[in-house]
Amino acid sequence: MEQALFYILATVTVVATILAIAEKHPVHAIVYLVTSFFSLAVIFYLLAAPLIAMFEVIIYAGAVMVLFMFVVMMLDLGNPGEAGRPTLRHCLPALLLAGITLVSLVLLVIGRGAEEGPDVLQVVSIRDFAATLFGRYGVAIEIISMQLLFAIVGALYLGRRRRP
Amino acid sequence: MIVPLTHLLLLASILFVLGLICVLIWRTNVIMLLIGIEIMLNAAMLVFVAGSHRWGAADGQIFALMIMAMTSAEVSLALAMVVYLHWRKKTVNIDEFRELKD
Repeated sequence: MEQALFYILATVTVVATILAIAEKHPVHAIVYLVTSFFSLAVIFYLLAAPLIAMFEVIIYAGAVMVLFMFVVMMLDLGNPGEAGRPTLRHCLPALLLAGITLVSLVLLVIGRGAEEGPDVLQVVSIRDFAATLFGRYGVAIEIISMQLLFAIVGALYLGRRRRP
Repeated sequence: MIVPLTHLLLLASILFVLGLICVLIWRTNVIMLLIGIEIMLNAAMLVFVAGSHRWGAADGQIFALMIMAMTSAEVSLALAMVVYLHWRKKTVNIDEFRELKD
């Protein structure tokens, strides 16, 4: 049951991401990306990480994508004719790199096969998560908070009112 | 594990390559380029969460949380920069933003 659900969700994620990066209309691309993030959140839930799944929905699909949508609306980039289309010259290195990566992935999978160690049945509870987060990684929390503060200051500086 | 770790890593690498393609192709629109960076960071988060599930340790989920905090800081700064550059040059084409000072 969970396996089938995982493969369905993986297909939805990949297809929604392909549609998002192939879309020339930025608003449609953002909506496809929100679909992809929702299915990725359910994959996180299946991987026994409910907290990360919740944050994925709230922060990524909620806050970050709405911020993107807000900027697209504010700058009036909604009509695709204004922003230029990528040409074949832009596509060529990307396709070359993607081809190399896909071929090496296929070779890796064929060469090694799926070998699995013994299963670890211990599931990370929210209590373990919080204890590790504020115990061993307490310094990282301080650094992240300072980084967010710097981001606020930088965004306020860039967005201040200027004379034209 | 509900599925082998290899399949999760395959899904994450496919997502990462898609994000890379998005970054490389959309050089004419900085919003789509930032979307490509988001896709790549999500692939990294998937690898961290899969590792956390595989080895039963909380560290992977904590790194996923930190990636999320880093992303929100990065996106807010980058979008403020996009608004500023659009105000100055009236375009979102990256090739127009060659020089930092006018």
